[in-house]
Amino acid sequence: METKQIIAQLPYSPPFLFVDELESVTPEGITGSYTFPKDAFFYKGHFKDYPVTPGVILTECCAQIGLVCLGIYVLDQGTANAMGIGMSSTEMEFLKPVYPGERVTVASEKVYFRFQKLKCKVKMYNTDGELVCKGTISGMFKTPEDDK
Amino acid sequence: MENQGQLASLTKIIKPYLPDDVAIESVDLNSHFIENLNINSANLVDIVLDVEDEFDIRLENEDMDRMQTVKDALEIIALKTKEKEA
Repeated sequence: METKQIIAQLPYSPPFLFVDELESVTPEGITGSYTFPKDAFFYKGHFKDYPVTPGVILTECCAQIGLVCLGIYVLDQGTANAMGIGMSSTEMEFLKPVYPGERVTVASEKVYFRFQKLKCKVKMYNTDGELVCKGTISGMFKTPEDDK
Repeated sequence: MENQGQLASLTKIIKPYLPDDVAIESVDLNSHFIENLNINSANLVDIVLDVEDEFDIRLENEDMDRMQTVKDALEIIALKTKEKEA
């Protein structure tokens, strides 16, 4: 599956799509990037007069690239149809702020994919190659077969 | 006797996945992982993976589907251990 096909299958749309492109993908891991638009909706309130990308949004970006894109590739369903995807747990550390307009790269490494649960170790870097955040994200992937 | 030992090992595995409001003492043979112990399906996967490591066995999808209660889990562990030794 090509990386463009993976992105096309993502069940998100702006303003809640946090994937621009995927640089590489294998069954063991994935790398992708995203540029936070300067006018993204959350900068208006986080923080007042001091826009910084919220940690939950960084986590979401890590999850969309590192967990969901990888999951789509691993499952290779052909159609994603917002197949039941549920984030089940996250454990994140935030090391550096990400400001409006910054481009980040997420690298994710599969820990395991068993019984429809994908667990990944994710790392996000800024354009200087500095580690912005890291952690572990897990999610459950329900395939259409499960409903039969 | 062996079964008691396995129950103790299994209870030890379950313990970190129990929600705060479920006491470890309430775990018995008839406990249903999801309905009685309030363990979600994602944590149940981790329990299964810990069981695999602890007992050196491998569970398949159908075992996962069948593993509803603590008793089911012990039966599957016993069966898989026996298969391994055979």
